[in-house]
Amino acid sequence: MEHGAIIKHDIKKSPRTGSWRYMKPEVDKEKCIGCATCVAFCPDACIEINPVKLAKLATGQDKIKNGKKVVAIDYEFCKGCGVCAQVCPARAIKMAKN
Amino acid sequence: MTKNTKNKLALTGGYAAAYALRQIEPDVMPIYPITPQTPIIETYAKFVADGEVETEIIEVESEHSAMSAAIGASAAGARTATATSSQGFAYMHEMLYVASGMRLPILMVVAARALSAPLSIHGDHSDVMGSRDSGWVQIFCENPQEVYDKTIIGMKLAERVGLPVMVIMDGFNTSHSVENLEILDAKIVKKFIGEYQPEHSLLDIENPVTFGPVALQESYFEFKIDQEEAMGKVSEEYRKITEEFEKISGRKYGLFEEYQTEDAEKVLALIGSVAGTAKDAIDELRKKGEKVGLVKIELFRPFPFDACRDAIHRVLGVKEIIVMDRAQSIGSHPPLYSEIINSLYQIPASPAGRQDTKYQIRSVVYGLGGRDVFKKQIEKILEGKFDGKYLT
Repeated sequence: MEHGAIIKHDIKKSPRTGSWRYMKPEVDKEKCIGCATCVAFCPDACIEINPVKLAKLATGQDKIKNGKKVVAIDYEFCKGCGVCAQVCPARAIKMAKN
Repeated sequence: MTKNTKNKLALTGGYAAAYALRQIEPDVMPIYPITPQTPIIETYAKFVADGEVETEIIEVESEHSAMSAAIGASAAGARTATATSSQGFAYMHEMLYVASGMRLPILMVVAARALSAPLSIHGDHSDVMGSRDSGWVQIFCENPQEVYDKTIIGMKLAERVGLPVMVIMDGFNTSHSVENLEILDAKIVKKFIGEYQPEHSLLDIENPVTFGPVALQESYFEFKIDQEEAMGKVSEEYRKITEEFEKISGRKYGLFEEYQTEDAEKVLALIGSVAGTAKDAIDELRKKGEKVGLVKIELFRPFPFDACRDAIHRVLGVKEIIVMDRAQSIGSHPPLYSEIINSLYQIPASPAGRQDTKYQIRSVVYGLGGRDVFKKQIEKILEGKFDGKYLT
């Protein structure tokens, strides 16, 4: 029993809110300017800024420099609210059908 | 016997509370003024302005915010205190449950005052009695000495049991009346209170925690049972802390105080500053040979049912108990009266040495909205010359 319902953080016990999602934010790594506005706005704190690794890029995105800092979304927890897409100043995030 | 005869001061109850808080030196104090509590925070703000303490004062825009800020500060791991009265107290009501539900050891000094309407700024227990089920520990004081002592005891108790504590004095009667009291050396108080080590803290980023999550049908009930269990341990811890306090101060406190009860036939049960007047009345009647005494409740939440029952029942000759309340519970019996009846109802049928367990228990409501109570009036009650319900 956690007295006073004060819960220790344990990612393994966290509910996977990603299962709630029906719209999915997709990041255009070319357009993303790495400003991190969406990081602060995300209500689930599931967006991070990561350096791009070329091997992971999809075809058609090969113009991006290796190591460019862009946002990465953790889809285990992203519940698809779309706030990130709304606040993105570079319009680099689009909501797509899940 | 006291060890501090040199440190005698004449202070109001409000100043005594501020003085005790200065020696406790909480990390954070969110404050909002309201009569008759204002002298407490006003005096404390001066201590801060004069650089005597390093407390961070947060001037908020309402009592709801004062308690919210106190909850935030305490969850962050800070030793936290505040003070309030009456309407402000009522305005905090919602947040009081949050503080106790999260087990935050916040100390709040209350100068108890009547509630509007009609508007009254004067003392009674309506405000604090209105929140008696909020999960806070409630300690009542008779005079400025008790305010000083119990503010210190209250802080230690809160941190030991992990529950919020309110230390209550009567508005004006105690908060604005100057009396002689003995104060302790600051170093002794600091040592008595000790360093606050929160079990969880939001600022401890190495061990992140969540305060106040949602708890639905499958878990809310258990958290509430757990809270009741925590409250169940308070009486014993309070008794231990008052014993420790007696060692440093020479002043003895308990769950309640018994005065002239050994052979009493009539016993008054009451709370707060009226005890002083009642003791005078009892002394007067004792001179005339009347067997009268009083029980002054000090810890109202958790209510010491068993101890109270034993104390009254131990007095073999007691025939009548008069419960004096300074609050109503409109539509029901006054609060203390209900608790005393609850205590006595649990008496076993025929304990050794006593056959008859039936007492005549009467309720008298006094002092609403700051109405004065005189010694003569209490004498009349004890002499059986007053049979009304309201001592107007």
